[in-house]
Amino acid sequence: MTTMQRIQHDRTDGSHEPNESSPFAPQTPQEVEAMLSAIDADSVEELFDVPEAVAFDGDFDVEAKSEYEVRSEIEDLLGRNADRTEFLGRGHYDHYVPSVVDYLSLRSEFLTSYTQYQPETSQGFLQALFEFQSMIVELTGLDVANCSMYDAATALGEAALLAARVRDTSGSRVLVPETIRSERRSVLENYADGAELTVETYPLDAGNTDLDALSDLIDEDVVMVYAQSPTARGAIEERLSDVASLADDHEAAFCLGSDPVALALLKEPAAVGADIVIGDASVLGLSASHGMGLGLFAVKEGYLRQVPGRLVGTSETADGRRAYTLTLQTREQHIRKERATSNICTNQAWVALRTAIHIASLGASGLASLAEECVTMASEAAARLEDVDGVAAPVDDRHHFREFVARTEVPATEVVDELADRGFLVHEVGEFEIQVCVTETNSADLDDLVAAVREVLV
Amino acid sequence: MNYRQATWERETDSGESVNEPLLSEKRTETVTHDDVDLPDELVREELTLPEPAEPEVASHYTRLSQMTYSVEHGPYPLGSCTMKYNPKFIEDVAALDEGSIHPDRADEDAQGTLAILHGLQEYLAEIGGMETATLQPPAGAAGEFTGLLVARAYHRSNDEDDERREVIVPASAHGTNFASAAMAGYDVVELPSDEDGRVPVDALEAAVGDSTAALMLTNPNTLGLFERDISEIADVVHDAGGLLYYDGANLNALLGRARPGDMGFDIMHYNVHKTFASPHGGGGPGAGPIGVVDELTDFLPDPHVRETDDGSFEFYEPAESVGKVHGFHGNWLVLLKTYAYISRLGDGGLKDTSAMAVLNANYLASQIDLDVPYGPFHHEFVASAGDVDAAEFAKGMLDEGVHPPTTKWPEIVDEALMTEPTEALSKDQLDVLAEAFTATGQKTPEELSEAPTTTAAGRIDQTSAARNPRLSWHDVEADDE
Ligand SMILES: Cc1ncc(COP(=O)(O)O)c(C=O)c1O
Repeated sequence: MTTMQRIQHDRTDGSHEPNESSPFAPQTPQEVEAMLSAIDADSVEELFDVPEAVAFDGDFDVEAKSEYEVRSEIEDLLGRNADRTEFLGRGHYDHYVPSVVDYLSLRSEFLTSYTQYQPETSQGFLQALFEFQSMIVELTGLDVANCSMYDAATALGEAALLAARVRDTSGSRVLVPETIRSERRSVLENYADGAELTVETYPLDAGNTDLDALSDLIDEDVVMVYAQSPTARGAIEERLSDVASLADDHEAAFCLGSDPVALALLKEPAAVGADIVIGDASVLGLSASHGMGLGLFAVKEGYLRQVPGRLVGTSETADGRRAYTLTLQTREQHIRKERATSNICTNQAWVALRTAIHIASLGASGLASLAEECVTMASEAAARLEDVDGVAAPVDDRHHFREFVARTEVPATEVVDELADRGFLVHEVGEFEIQVCVTETNSADLDDLVAAVREVLV
Repeated sequence: MNYRQATWERETDSGESVNEPLLSEKRTETVTHDDVDLPDELVREELTLPEPAEPEVASHYTRLSQMTYSVEHGPYPLGSCTMKYNPKFIEDVAALDEGSIHPDRADEDAQGTLAILHGLQEYLAEIGGMETATLQPPAGAAGEFTGLLVARAYHRSNDEDDERREVIVPASAHGTNFASAAMAGYDVVELPSDEDGRVPVDALEAAVGDSTAALMLTNPNTLGLFERDISEIADVVHDAGGLLYYDGANLNALLGRARPGDMGFDIMHYNVHKTFASPHGGGGPGAGPIGVVDELTDFLPDPHVRETDDGSFEFYEPAESVGKVHGFHGNWLVLLKTYAYISRLGDGGLKDTSAMAVLNANYLASQIDLDVPYGPFHHEFVASAGDVDAAEFAKGMLDEGVHPPTTKWPEIVDEALMTEPTEALSKDQLDVLAEAFTATGQKTPEELSEAPTTTAAGRIDQTSAARNPRLSWHDVEADDE
């Protein structure tokens, strides 16, 4: 029987309606018959034990398409995304992902396996995740990294819950910088709510934590202080050690938000006193993907038993060989249920694999130069914009990483709209403030952006 | 079956026997930042990472891949996980450049992406019998958590949040149900199963009351059984003022045969990495959209997508939104693959998917020698390994060249082997899998305790991994010294 005929065959009742079968289910009508007879059934439908009252006999009104038709449809739809050069960042960044990352990560062994419940047959993926954890440990200087959370925002939520659990005394407040993205704060609030924690902001002063204000706000009821470097406005924060000591004085955990590229350059979180590091690790591994991320989560040794999510460790086989396995699983939901450290099950393992391959292919020196370029490109771009009449950049008198805020004489809404008309996207972050992010994937267009800004501001 | 997994055993410099050295055991480099224009106190002193050349990267990961069993190797019947075939074309669709955009684009610059998100919201709503669906939750568990935030917001809006502090979860439910309820601030009330493996309606009646916020239910449940009393169950929960939550992990059993919305569920999640074939990626990413009935749409996460009068699409904030559950818009690439899969299959393909999934499970069960105590089951069944430890049985199956089922869950079956072949196994592969069960059943206890012998690693000492945690190559180096 040819494929064409098979696709036209409704295998469940022998009728011959077009497009009645799934191209991804291999049974031929003859096999279906043989299987039915093996189980003494006349039809597949009689296997469904669904009471009449709730049975569905309608249609979803989704018309089946050929592979070619689906691809064309989606190409057409995505073609409606405007062709723009993005100078966008604020937590989601586009770095060039080398081809080797795609080719290796798309190998079906990696792509189509699942959580390594049977470690003996999953050594390869386990080792890749172990190496990912190791890279994060190296970058943060902390002792333990898990093998992923969903994204930076949910990792921050988990950090707050962990901070509340590890305290000897109960507490109810989490302090975050006022520059945190509202979206990330909202996720944090949702995680915090169930544990009866409230989230409050502390002010910044030209890109650095306002230490006086923070010390007025902090008390013994604070379970965690969160800071970011670079900040959501791209500034490299200079007072992290002071924030860490303030937190420490009040028995609060200090959580730092960052990302693997920035961490390759900036003082290690452990060296500035961070207890927890969160962030989006998919800045390496994924190009712009509408906000899809990879939650980085690392902690100091003392928090090990309270870590959310999966951990890969080494062990030995009976014949003394090194082997990898998921470990400390009694923290997890499938064993500990409502007393688990988190509800997370499916995570972002494949993205972690991609990030690890990306880091491996850059190597220490490639990653270090990429990080240095992020400083150089931001300062060059700021200087170029500062040269434009009507623009002051950067607004925060700090060093910057990838991005910075510029003040414009014309209202930012207008600037953003008119730049979009000219094919360039930047963020609007204040009435007269735009934010511009430069990486190696858009730096070739910087001249054109600057020219467009000049036009818009005349 | 005569099976051998690839391995490249060798010794490291420290004399340890390994399958493939760590990247850190090959070549590393320590770099310092001497020329960067930043004050010293902001810069790390040094960074030490592997420094492989690209050919070495390619070889390392190719070897690691070959030490990883996957769906494309053969049967992978992990119950409750729906390890079906992942079509290739969805990867090409996800790789399209036009889809690679920043999440902060204005709506008018992201019409293509919004059209697909909107289309998927509608597909999922239709398939689940719901009003609409949010795509933001990045996995099933995140969907559960989001659904409970919605339930909580609903009870708050009725001024009942203070009393409604309990979420009822059947004993046979997945661990995430309990953990999600706790994370949303609820007390968990565990409901034991009835003798027939289903929810006992009388016990449920006794458990519900003014303190009930919701009942979380998987249907068919984790034994593969349809909760036949679902209409009564829905009435009991609704009469008590609670909401009914549907764990969609098992939706692959019911496509086009029954919809959660029609069964009386108010909130549901979809595990798109199960039902709709987005690849599991060694543990993720997935996506866990949630569908809700009309009455709950105002509480959905921010933003949701709607169509405007001129046929374009926009993000908007639902009136009483619970806020956000992901920093941006969820796992976009996974959602795009889901859209492609549903478009490809259409009504007929979706219905056929469940038909073949259920037929495969029933046929497979008929071909194995183990007791399957509960039925009639749908897309999965739970066999008992009897006198044999289910975990040992699983190790024995590895040597037959297949992946074993989920073990020791649900606990209601002794030495449970929860088996879900999915629609994607041909009859030939089902026969291979059945043969693996049979061959394993014939192994002596000694043989089982020595299994597996054909995989890249033999039996791994779990106790030592947990007692002396070595969680990075730094720990391994420290150990060597
Ligand atoms: C019955 C059931 N519910 C919920 C989940 C959780 O889904 P996820 O892993 O996508 O978070 C699973 C997945 O393993 C499951 O099997």
